[in-house]
Amino acid sequence: MSRLYLARNPRVAARSLDGEMMIMSGRDSTLFTLNKTATILWQSADGATPLDEIVERRICSEFEVEPAEALQDAETLARELASHEILQISDEPIPQRNSVAGESR
Amino acid sequence: MPELATAVERLSLVIEIGGMPVRVHTTDQGFLAMLQDRYAGFLAASPECAEIEFDVDLSPARFADPNAPVRVTQRLGRWTFERGDFRAEWEPASRTGWIRQTANPYSIDAVLRIVHTLLLARQGGFLLHSASAVRNGKAFLFAGVSEAGKTTISRLAPPDATLLTDEISYVRKQDSDYIAYGTPFTGELAKLGENVSAPIAALYLLAKGSENRIDPVPPGEAARSLLANLLFFAEDEDLVQSTFHSAFAFVRRVPVSRLTFVPDARVWELIG
Repeated sequence: MSRLYLARNPRVAARSLDGEMMIMSGRDSTLFTLNKTATILWQSADGATPLDEIVERRICSEFEVEPAEALQDAETLARELASHEILQISDEPIPQRNSVAGESR
Repeated sequence: MPELATAVERLSLVIEIGGMPVRVHTTDQGFLAMLQDRYAGFLAASPECAEIEFDVDLSPARFADPNAPVRVTQRLGRWTFERGDFRAEWEPASRTGWIRQTANPYSIDAVLRIVHTLLLARQGGFLLHSASAVRNGKAFLFAGVSEAGKTTISRLAPPDATLLTDEISYVRKQDSDYIAYGTPFTGELAKLGENVSAPIAALYLLAKGSENRIDPVPPGEAARSLLANLLFFAEDEDLVQSTFHSAFAFVRRVPVSRLTFVPDARVWELIG
């Protein structure tokens, strides 16, 4: 089974305010507010850590959920975030620039 | 030898909104008079200085839809603004541009709004769908969508409150403070704001209700509401990101609350 890698789309703007992560698409100005799981995916999307590791380290430890079920849900969510161009996903590690444009300030 | 061309007199005036003087050139005396009337109170006292210059090319009247969507795009350092009733270009590097429209005040008004949103986006400011007024030396903003109560709260303002606008507030960042300026951009009240400015003390999100009250708004909701009420037209990723971050910087600095009010003047007892 191939592994899935996530990276933040540098073409979005992101801010965390009082624990709420908000993302705005630079393309069409659509505003997204991420839920807890999506926020974890966003924060962990470094292009190098595979999704199964993110789920094991960050999601299973936070929510009482079976790893296989959590991974399936996380993959669905990651693909949805990618469809909105918030995340980039690939079955190979995604090279990252040193600083990510639009990252939370 | 007969003259081959007749010199056309070039007329101009400088419209200064938010401390930003914009010179408008025209060859049409009637159009100039229309602008002088439309922007009375916002014409620069010293018309020799202008940050931006626009030549207005008046085209013959034709069917044009001012409700058509506006498009604001940039290519190779040149902005293009288009709507059913006008087309304009503006080059920030040379500070010059042109507007092609019929002789009406609405098209140039839209162009000015667009130019100011672009200028403000680079400076941490913005135009906001909100009424605003100055009271006791402080500015208060009242934001909301259509029918939220911007016109009502403006109409109820007491004599000691100076109305900056009943529709579109002009917000500039100066050092770490935010300043609201009066604008000639009117809503239903159709009354120009006063051309004055003051530091912003609060942003109220308007809601009509059965009593007058002020309630705190969580920071996330404040940011979302502010973003929902921003005027922004440009299809430009850098400016979208700048404006997004400006909204968050604003809600970190300026208190944002929900103002629920009944439509009578007592609501102003809570303001100022």
